[in-house]
Amino acid sequence: MKDGPAVLEGQHFLLGDHACAEGALAAGCRFFAGYPITPSTEIAERLAHRLPEVGGIFVQMEDELASMAAIVGASVAGARAMTATSGPGFSLMMENVGLAAMMEVPCVVVNVQRGAPSTGLPTLVAQADVMQARWGSHGDYEIVAYAPASPQECFDLTVRAFNTADQYRIPVFVLADEVVGHMTERVVIPPPDAIPKVERKRPRTAPGGDGFLPFQADDDLVPPMAHAGEGYRVHFTGLTHDERGYPATNAEAHDRLVRRLVEKVRRHAWRIEEYEESQLEDARVVVIAYGSTARSARRAVAVAREEGIRAGLLRPITLWPFPGERVRRLAERVGAVVVPELNMGQIAREVERFTHRPVLGVNHAGGAMLPPEPILDTIREAATR
Amino acid sequence: MTTLMAERHPSDPLFRADRLPHIWCPGCGIGPAMHAYAQALVESGIPLDRHVCVSGIGCSGRVPGYLNIDSYHTTHGRAIPFAMAVALVRPQLEVAVFSGDGDLFAIGGNHFIHAARRNVDLNVICINNFNYGMTGGQVGPTTPMGARATTAPYGNYEQPFSLPYLAAATGAVFVARWTSLHLRQLKQAILRAMKKRGLTFIEVLAPCPVGFGRPNEIGDAMEEMMLYRERCVVDHGAPLAALDIDLRQRDHPIVLGNFVDIERPVFDPLAMRRPAPEVEDHAPLARKEQEG
Amino acid sequence: MLRGQSTRVPLDWKAAVLPQGQVYVIPSRCKECRFCIDFCPRDVLTLSTETNVRGYRYPVVATGKDVACVHCEFCSLVCPEYAIYTVEVAGAGVTP
Repeated sequence: MKDGPAVLEGQHFLLGDHACAEGALAAGCRFFAGYPITPSTEIAERLAHRLPEVGGIFVQMEDELASMAAIVGASVAGARAMTATSGPGFSLMMENVGLAAMMEVPCVVVNVQRGAPSTGLPTLVAQADVMQARWGSHGDYEIVAYAPASPQECFDLTVRAFNTADQYRIPVFVLADEVVGHMTERVVIPPPDAIPKVERKRPRTAPGGDGFLPFQADDDLVPPMAHAGEGYRVHFTGLTHDERGYPATNAEAHDRLVRRLVEKVRRHAWRIEEYEESQLEDARVVVIAYGSTARSARRAVAVAREEGIRAGLLRPITLWPFPGERVRRLAERVGAVVVPELNMGQIAREVERFTHRPVLGVNHAGGAMLPPEPILDTIREAATR
Repeated sequence: MTTLMAERHPSDPLFRADRLPHIWCPGCGIGPAMHAYAQALVESGIPLDRHVCVSGIGCSGRVPGYLNIDSYHTTHGRAIPFAMAVALVRPQLEVAVFSGDGDLFAIGGNHFIHAARRNVDLNVICINNFNYGMTGGQVGPTTPMGARATTAPYGNYEQPFSLPYLAAATGAVFVARWTSLHLRQLKQAILRAMKKRGLTFIEVLAPCPVGFGRPNEIGDAMEEMMLYRERCVVDHGAPLAALDIDLRQRDHPIVLGNFVDIERPVFDPLAMRRPAPEVEDHAPLARKEQEG
Repeated sequence: MLRGQSTRVPLDWKAAVLPQGQVYVIPSRCKECRFCIDFCPRDVLTLSTETNVRGYRYPVVATGKDVACVHCEFCSLVCPEYAIYTVEVAGAGVTP
């Protein structure tokens, strides 16, 4: 059997999970470590088949603690590395998500969300890991999380996740959900030279000299990254460290480091944030929805328009950083904000933080896709206010 | 000739000497073991730039931070999967995991047994000082029955691991035990481990005078070192099931040696796709790197 | 095993040259564990009377032991602090 190409150019009818896997390969991911968990397992299965075809490494680990540690290790050695999981595994990965944030090691984690807490609903959808993605590991740090709403976006946003991870030296999440992960749709994959690629910033001086400090950031607050075996004799630690990478356990060094880790993303949030708008020009009621729920919201908005209600949709593509400024400006001129999501109000709370007024939540704990009807009902209710 | 005073040690280039003196207590056994490892780095003939040292958390986890090589101080228990990935991505590197008994065998125990089962190309060096030193002398997976610790104030009632027995049972291709006193033998064992492909395991018994010695009537580090001198017996062929240690049982010998030295296929995620069995080189990505 | 009990004697033992070592100490690193002193096979070392900046006494060559060091380097190996080493004194070796 002939090996498949790294970039599966052309039109394909792909499962969302498989599109994530193909996006990773197209982005140059050559290391995957993971542990089987529904509903993300198809990503591991696809990569178990596909990575060896392109000389990459697939390892099924003993658990998600090891999976996350392994992708951080692969990345310090220079590989683009990814893992994929769902809620229970995502919880275990939080330990080394913190390590990746502290050591500034780029990596990508796909979380295909399912019903939670605990074992919850292994095969059924939810969107309840949104806040965990933002705050799941202890301490202050910033990550980026993309929420795909289709298999095409599973591909596109996985590619983007690798680029963002390398650009800012951070862990990046693809926060999919079971509906999107298990949905099969047309996915168009561009030729290899049309796949956007952001290279990791690398040391500008040769190894051996005194010039290179592995954690001295440039003006963009991101330090160039030296890989294992290149002769820079680096030291990486999860302890608070100085520009040399040496442990520096004091208040001054800690504030300096954590402030930079946070600022390097916040300062560039305007470049990272992504969202899609439709019919917002004259909207009185704005629906803010993401992931699979955005598909139902799109339908609800269309029906509302037919009924003469001036509704529109804002679909955040990055949940983190959250496009809060856009939401704030929008809320100033609309009558009501409706936030449907498969959780008890996680993004609704974030929206309220920017709008300073109550939003109308449409919430379900998960187990089935949120259908258009309850969203439409809430739009109608909002329109009468 | 009397004593001459110096500013630098001949081994300083192997260390991040600007970080010395290190954080370890007077008489701690980690220092001599790290020195043996550092000398082995040079004597291995492998350039320093191709050595990598990875650790988890604890006193022994601080070792990589003092070594003048690429070094990674990771999370508690996770050094092995991190190091495994480094070794797979860059098979030309000589990767060691240098950490403690609690890190490698309590919180990280699962990773160790699976790395040994897979026969990942790693050299695992474990400082065993029979307790959690950095947090102040708590009971651990190697604390002998009856020994006292801050979290075993009436004496430890749990059966400890015999680490060489565990390592051998789970598949390590080289298994040795030495002490912070048997440094030439330790260095030779590390050199042997560096020559071998696959998972090697070296246990280093080391004094922890503050965490383990003091509550267990071992006066100080010197006394524990003397105890090694008096009670250690070298027996490379000792039955693996008979390697239990109890420092407090004065008539019970402590068996040292290079107990296991075997060959087994090395972990290679691409093994099943290689056209023909390769005798020498199972290195993942080797083909790719040749091409690139 | 450090103080070997072997009764075997090399045939050429009279031709062997016993090296002589010079002891070097880095006092600021010492934490006074005494390993180098107690494990020196020639009892070359003793504790200083003075202390270093952190209050530890450090090893010095004992009175009358000026030429006793045989450069076995065990002090250097066993020192947890990399605070002592020896250098072979060229041409100062002795035959037994």
